Amino acid sequence: MSIQLNNVTLSYGTRTLLDRVSTSLPASSLTALIGRNGTGKSTLLRAIAGLGSLHDGQISLCGRPLSQISPEERARTIAFVTTEKVHIPNLTCEDVVALGRAPYTNWIGRLQDDDREIVGHALEVVGMSSFARKTMDAMSDGECQRVMIARALAQDTPIILLDEPTAFLDLPNRYSLALLLARLAHEEHKCVLFSTHDMDIALSLCDSVMLIDTPRLHNAPALQLISQGLIDRLFTGAGIRFDPVTKGVQLEKSSDF
Amino acid sequence: MSRSTLIFILLGISTTLLLLFDLSIGSVKIPFGEVCRALLGGDDGSTSRAIVLNIRLLKSVMALLAGAALSASGLQMQTLFRNPLAGPYILGVSSGASLGVALFLLGAPLLGVEAHSFIQSLGIAGAAWIGAAAVLALVLAVSRRIKDIMVILILGMMLGSGISAVVEILQYLSSEAALKSFVVWTMGSLGDVTTSQLWLILPVVVSGLGLSVALIKPLNLLLLGENYARTSGLDIQRTRMWLFLSTVLLAGTITAFCGPVGFIGIAVPHLTRLLFRSADHRILVPGAMLAGASLLLICDLISKLLVLPVNTITALLGIPVVILVVIRNHKFFS
Repeated sequence: MSIQLNNVTLSYGTRTLLDRVSTSLPASSLTALIGRNGTGKSTLLRAIAGLGSLHDGQISLCGRPLSQISPEERARTIAFVTTEKVHIPNLTCEDVVALGRAPYTNWIGRLQDDDREIVGHALEVVGMSSFARKTMDAMSDGECQRVMIARALAQDTPIILLDEPTAFLDLPNRYSLALLLARLAHEEHKCVLFSTHDMDIALSLCDSVMLIDTPRLHNAPALQLISQGLIDRLFTGAGIRFDPVTKGVQLEKSSDF
Repeated sequence: MSRSTLIFILLGISTTLLLLFDLSIGSVKIPFGEVCRALLGGDDGSTSRAIVLNIRLLKSVMALLAGAALSASGLQMQTLFRNPLAGPYILGVSSGASLGVALFLLGAPLLGVEAHSFIQSLGIAGAAWIGAAAVLALVLAVSRRIKDIMVILILGMMLGSGISAVVEILQYLSSEAALKSFVVWTMGSLGDVTTSQLWLILPVVVSGLGLSVALIKPLNLLLLGENYARTSGLDIQRTRMWLFLSTVLLAGTITAFCGPVGFIGIAVPHLTRLLFRSADHRILVPGAMLAGASLLLICDLISKLLVLPVNTITALLGIPVVILVVIRNHKFFS
């Protein structure tokens, strides 16, 4: 298993977000992490990436406990695409993607021929080859997001985590990004886990859905979660209703509007 | 040949030429040929050789070191704080060093430390390092909690002003002799450094610059922010500590012996980025050192021609750059 959670307890301040949850994610799989605001999606992703600490329990990456993996080895196991916007003047897309090679380069970060090949391949996979020489400050959010994914690809890790990669994108860009993630999982054999609020993407494009139902965590194929009524229960209220047929959320017709 | 290589060669040539100019110009003008002969040739007992080697060379070497040191420290502060307006002078690090030196110089007569002794030089340097470290630690601690660029800048400026006030109180209370040595120090110039001081400054500044070069890869990783740096395998605590040490050694030492030289640290990194059109520290670190050395040599030349303190020249040249950066980055501030 690429990612394994064993009796993980996670808290934010004094609030318990997850209480003794266990689950696992295999290689070559695309998983969406969903949940309401403030349920701890980012906190869980950060914990898996080794950026935050666990209250209790254990996370294993590729069969090894996270606590026993050195920062250098961790960088070769897991790549993280955060929500931070990176708009640095004078920094080209190629430079940013090349930074993904940091765990493999020497003290000054010199690229070898195979590093350059990997950087080129990563830009090609995300469809940004023609942007290689352009600088980050002149690009749209969707283009930036793709470059940051290419950076994660260049890091050459079996696991890729993404925190709300579709958040700033328009509808067509959301779908093309989700399809890209599915391709990374199935063609590049990565274990891809991303948090999102896009229900239809999570429920229709992913191999499995991880649902935070404080303080529990469900991880199952979308249809199973729907038939158990879990999605329905979590996303219904305040005049909206989850529709299992369209896999979307709709306004209730009897509302006061 | 790549664009960067060409710029490096041109910068190298211009630094060398400026150095020769700086050695040739002064109260007595010495022709280039004689400057070269003095530098390379044997002892011919000439006056110009004595002037070049005994008086001017020291000052020129100090300009080179100070320019490189302040620029490198400014560059690494801008990357560390992810703030285009960070610099040793703006964030109060130079003021911290000044306070250290003030406390030492005004208190030294009480301790019985002789003026112009090696102990006094060491004391000045040590006091400056402690003062610079204290301010930098404070600003870093606040910036860990508050990410707002403006808050950090205002904090730095307030610290600087507060420290100046404390220094004025100290001056008011101190004896005449102590006051004189401090006032001479604040007017700070590249020329007041003695040979024995240079033997303290040279190894310290060179180690600081060496650290800067060793930190090139971590600096590049920090460009994308802390989360990306950490998931790329960077030990962020250790990196921060080395950057801290390097900044204190570079900015502290130069402030200790040349007085507060403003705006080089903030302006040169931006000029270097414009010149090389790059954000890669493999180019920016050596680039900023060379550009800083050149620029301070230019400032020194101007200050000699107009007989003005070098601080005033660096301020007049540096402030427009800072204003340009503020205007270009106005979206950060709105």
